[in-house]
Amino acid sequence: MTDKTVDAHRIDPPSLAGTYNPRPYEPGTHPDLPPPGNTIGLQGWLRQNLFSSPLNTLATLVGLYLIWLTLPPLLSWAIFDADWRGSTAEDCSSDGACWVFIQTWFKQLMYGRYPDEELWRINLSYLIGAIGIGYLVIPDLPRKPWVGAFMLIVFPAIALELFTGGEFGLPAVETARWGGLFLTLVVASVGIVFSLPLGVLLALGRRSDMPIIRAISVAFIEFWRGVPLITVLFMASVMFPLFMPEGVNFDKLLRALFGVMLFASAYMAEVVRGGLQAIPKGQYEAAESLGLSYWKMMGLIILPQALKMVIPGIVNTFIGLFKDTTLVSIIGLFDLLGMAQAALTNPDWPGYAAESYVFAGLVFWVFCFAMSRYSQYLERKLHTGH
Amino acid sequence: MSDAVDTSPKTPIKEMKISQEIMIQMQGVHKWFGQFHVLKDINLTVNRGERIVICGPSGSGKSTLIRCINRLEEHQQGKIVVEGTELTNDLKHIEMIRREVGMVFQHFNLFPHLSVLDNLTLAPIWVRKTPRREAEQQAMHFLERVKIPEQAHKYPGQLSGGQQQRVAIARSLCMNPKIMLFDEPTSALDPEMIKEVLDTMISLAEEGMTMICVTHEMGFAKTVANRVIFMDGGEIIEENEPEQFFNHPRHDRTKLFLSQILAH
Repeated sequence: MTDKTVDAHRIDPPSLAGTYNPRPYEPGTHPDLPPPGNTIGLQGWLRQNLFSSPLNTLATLVGLYLIWLTLPPLLSWAIFDADWRGSTAEDCSSDGACWVFIQTWFKQLMYGRYPDEELWRINLSYLIGAIGIGYLVIPDLPRKPWVGAFMLIVFPAIALELFTGGEFGLPAVETARWGGLFLTLVVASVGIVFSLPLGVLLALGRRSDMPIIRAISVAFIEFWRGVPLITVLFMASVMFPLFMPEGVNFDKLLRALFGVMLFASAYMAEVVRGGLQAIPKGQYEAAESLGLSYWKMMGLIILPQALKMVIPGIVNTFIGLFKDTTLVSIIGLFDLLGMAQAALTNPDWPGYAAESYVFAGLVFWVFCFAMSRYSQYLERKLHTGH
Repeated sequence: MSDAVDTSPKTPIKEMKISQEIMIQMQGVHKWFGQFHVLKDINLTVNRGERIVICGPSGSGKSTLIRCINRLEEHQQGKIVVEGTELTNDLKHIEMIRREVGMVFQHFNLFPHLSVLDNLTLAPIWVRKTPRREAEQQAMHFLERVKIPEQAHKYPGQLSGGQQQRVAIARSLCMNPKIMLFDEPTSALDPEMIKEVLDTMISLAEEGMTMICVTHEMGFAKTVANRVIFMDGGEIIEENEPEQFFNHPRHDRTKLFLSQILAH
């Protein structure tokens, strides 16, 4: 009975008869053989990723067809048939995009109505900022903490002085003249730089053992998270001055900055809280048993791990914030998108909405994509194999 | 795991003197988790140089007891004095006691984002204000003691369980604690790694460290402990020298527990 069963399940290799040598090598003498040709290289990649199953093959073919349908017309509009040279709307005679429009309005799109002869002040700040951020982003350079401190404390002061002027012989430029990408970057970087530490404090507050701190944090987060940003901006620009005594007047941009900052920090707090909740209790206990105080435990053990875990969420919030800055145009501040829309209303340049929006979209995309890539790099770098 | 113990004659742990100096004193300690009465009238005095093993069925309050000693758990009644300092809500006192009391956990609880060396130097640098260079020398010294100096620059995630637990012991030792608490240090380890951790603990005992171990390693209890405490249902049921405890248990519950744990 048992023998029969075993027999029935025995597998003979009849198809391999003749070619199949059961023991071609003595044990311990097997050489390393190359893998089958269709599992490596380009052929292997194509098989695995694009043609692994009938459904996958179908999806690949449909995808290729869609690309063939859309890409050529897009390329001819944006590049081959486009007008690149000229100075007026009459120079745009072809069917393609009118990039002359962007060239003409470029300065306004970048700087708003900032005075021409003072543009160097913005560019100088860009230069310092780019060098500083570049230095921080390139791995393994010495003295990074100092450069980081400079970028967080000294640089904003320099930039503020350069942007607003009024001292050191620099003519004052009122914030109403700020605009374009410059304004977008100011709003976004202030929001980003302040929302992270504020968010961390709020997240810690929400998890605090102290009822009053917890209640304040919860109330703050739930209030700002529950209100649309447009409402916040309107409040800041229209309502807020009504409550101020006569003669006291905060700058409109400053009020918008505060709104964006508090709004973003509420979102950030919830992202950080997610990270804090994922840290095992044992990490707190180990840190406590070594005698670390609350702030040392948080700063050295818990937050480094929690923040690392939620890098995708943090960057997601940053990107959202960066794009939400476009809403400041609602209260009469002309950021990049606001400027692009304003240019559209110029009677000399009718009907160039596509170019205007495509350009603004592209600029936004470049910044957001850079943030996204850097966050992915950071995740890989900080991964310590656990 | 009695085979885990090095029985060579160079280690007369049993004959080592216990000082009269009191390190830990617990008087009438009670603790509740909500409605659940987890520690009932615990009275325990630990002298310098004592090696105490606490055993008992799971849920008997063993871990909670030693976690009260460094205030990972708060007791609600009674008095705990560690090294002359009473545990109260005063954060200063709590941090002072934690500096002197090392703890080793069942799940190691190494800091995964720091290298082994940084795990060891973190508390000396930030709590004891030791200069970095000195802290690193000391860390290497303790890594050699637990026999893994070559792993100093790896991350905890790259080590085996036994190695991680030895790093955890070294991390506690870097604070030069006067008392070491072990909370089931070998329960999460594969069998072949238990010995290396027990050996480390034995060598600590040989140096006269005051130790309290919650463990099921009865071989370790027999050879290293000077006192074995049996807990059940939140009470200390019985405490005795290991010889008497294992051969002549007095209480029925102790007998039942021993028969269960030694049966396999």
